[in-house]
Amino acid sequence: MGSPMRIRAASDGEMIEVKVLMRHEMETGRRKGPDGELVPALYINAVTADYEGKRVFNGHWGPAVSKNPFLSFRFKGAAGGKVTVTWTDISGDTRTDEATVS
Amino acid sequence: MHALTPTRLSLALAAAGVAVIALLAAPQGLEAQGMEDDNPAVLWSMRGEELWATPVGPKQATLEDCDLGLGPGVLHGAYAQLPRYFEDSGKVEDLESRIVTCRMTLQGMSREQAEAGHFSATGEDSDMEAVVTYVVEQSQGIPMNAPSDHPAEQAAYAMGKEFFYFRSGPHDFGCVTCHSQDGLRIRLQALPNLAKPGGAAETYPSWPAYRVSQGTVRSMQHRLSDCLRQQRLPPVAYNSDLLIALTSYLAQESKGAPITAPGLKR
Repeated sequence: MGSPMRIRAASDGEMIEVKVLMRHEMETGRRKGPDGELVPALYINAVTADYEGKRVFNGHWGPAVSKNPFLSFRFKGAAGGKVTVTWTDISGDTRTDEATVS
Repeated sequence: MHALTPTRLSLALAAAGVAVIALLAAPQGLEAQGMEDDNPAVLWSMRGEELWATPVGPKQATLEDCDLGLGPGVLHGAYAQLPRYFEDSGKVEDLESRIVTCRMTLQGMSREQAEAGHFSATGEDSDMEAVVTYVVEQSQGIPMNAPSDHPAEQAAYAMGKEFFYFRSGPHDFGCVTCHSQDGLRIRLQALPNLAKPGGAAETYPSWPAYRVSQGTVRSMQHRLSDCLRQQRLPPVAYNSDLLIALTSYLAQESKGAPITAPGLKR
């Protein structure tokens, strides 16, 4: 289980803007460690977001996304509901956090 | 010093990830804006908040009663008035050495335990970096006001200033060698001119900062230690008088500048 995400979600009445910071190493599998050996790949490859039980974001990520990634997206909706964001990495580790839209 | 041509920029973008794209696309004066929504330092601050209130050490105490200069437990604005002289320890202390003092007095740790893991390494998170980020965040927007009334504070400033201009080591380097001209960069990161009046005020209040290239928040003492390493000087001890003197010099030179830290640097 990974570290907590920071999720901010705000509505301007029409659109909701969601900003997410995730804590993850995002190892590409191409980097060499101090011992000269390749560091095994470990990156988030699936990100989903639900708003009030409805899927509003579905992402397939690869090794080109940075360490501790920042994600921002917008969809139609008003304040008050809950946004739930989940990531899963290639080892199967997963983390889910939620935030109330302000 | 190369200009950032479109080719270079797109190469940089292709090689980097989402966070870096956000960073490069941000408007000018990135560092002046303080913590933006895309600064991963928030994650350090969240962990620091937890650590602050977690009982640890032989006394199983939290850091919530730590006196950073404004009274026990007062965090709002505390970073703006550091480093300062503390009656109880009889020394000038910066934020990091003060947290070590609190760990020793409140939590009953030895100095060794209190200073353990002060800089993060690959695969090893640093509690100090997280706690520092949390404390610094409570002073965002508050103007720097490190005191200079006590003789010890004046002595620290004088020692820091002397060292800043003092050239030494195998390359005859001083801080001033790199930090006395305008408009220089080291790779993509601006190299501040700290020798001109108001120079420190432009950069000191943006540290500590999340370093994209290192994937972690780096504290002021880490920044200074790394500068000394780049000057090919022998390693300096954590919380040494020298590092606190340099910090005192830069902090007092920054008087009046609002704190924007935790910053976001390449």
